Amino acid sequence: MNVVIVGCGRVGGFLAGLLDSEGHRVSVVDIASTSPARAERAWFQHLPSSFKGETILGDGTDLEVLRQAGIERADALLALTEGDNRNLMAAQIGQKIFGVKQVIAKVNDPVRAQTYRELGINTFSRTTILGTLLHAMLQGDREVGEVLMRKALAHEADLVHEPVKAH
Amino acid sequence: MYFVVAGAGEVGFHLSQALLEAGHEVTVIEADRRRANFVQDKLGSIVMNAAADEGRAQMEAGCSRADALIAVTGDDAKNLVICQLAKLRCHTPRVIARVNNPKNEIVFKTLGIDETISSTRVLMNVIEQELPSGGFMPLMSLAGSANELIEAEIAIGTPPAGKTVGSLRLPTDALVGGIIRKGKLLHADDDTKLEVGDRVMVFSPTASESEVRKALMG
Repeated sequence: MNVVIVGCGRVGGFLAGLLDSEGHRVSVVDIASTSPARAERAWFQHLPSSFKGETILGDGTDLEVLRQAGIERADALLALTEGDNRNLMAAQIGQKIFGVKQVIAKVNDPVRAQTYRELGINTFSRTTILGTLLHAMLQGDREVGEVLMRKALAHEADLVHEPVKAH
Repeated sequence: MYFVVAGAGEVGFHLSQALLEAGHEVTVIEADRRRANFVQDKLGSIVMNAAADEGRAQMEAGCSRADALIAVTGDDAKNLVICQLAKLRCHTPRVIARVNNPKNEIVFKTLGIDETISSTRVLMNVIEQELPSGGFMPLMSLAGSANELIEAEIAIGTPPAGKTVGSLRLPTDALVGGIIRKGKLLHADDDTKLEVGDRVMVFSPTASESEVRKALMG
């Protein structure tokens, strides 16, 4: 599967590493920060050192940057920046302009998440998903809580055993 | 009429003021509290200190009874979402988005926001009309080669008006790539007759630009 990920924060970097290790072709787009504190460091610091995919520095709502990331042959686009609006814009560009089949946007505001889901954009909100998971665990709901946690902890263990990336 | 203005930066502030002076009812939504207070001091209690990209704030601002919402923040993605939310959730009959990056105009239209305003585009239009060359515009240089794409509008009294593409006295290494006639893209071959108002797309070596100009503009 060809996957484009916009936004390489913790979630983006984690997922990119996971997909890459399973043999998918992943390209990751992250914007050039204007903050000098961040500019000193690698943009893609959240990627595991084993990452073999492409990294593109640029604005993930810019058509040209998305083309560079291979959006035209992408099977999936995941918009995972810190900004709900940027994610919604990138996801809609992927779906409506480039015809990407599977498009997912991280939208933390539940109202926006629901509105755009009705529009056919697959959105998920950290607020409701994490909240629901924590609620399930407190309630002892085995179906939701345990299965997900077991998977998450397994991925976490893989990450921890990976050698630290040399900069 | 009732207008909701999203964003009270320079554009939002002056727009709200002008709308008020024209006798309209206005609510302006501004996320930054200090800016909201400043605008409130100047314009009175028409300011709502809230995030305009949140559905609840739009509801409270009365977007469902507004005649129009105008999103004028400095962030294109935010303006897009503000307009889409107002359309979808509040059924605001008219939404207008400020587009900071002119490349996003086409994106917004594709995503259902028909009315966009790009100050960059407005300024470019003014400048282009001031230029003596008028309808002759090198659009872009083609990466990795010394070639460019030129757009030229056929004006009354110029050599190509009413003539065929084949009879144009273009340099031999220039190609006519197509014609835009009344908004439609036409294939151009040697027998295609050029009409006044046609926009001709020419691929040409950058070095031959002045010859292309002469052939098309006279």
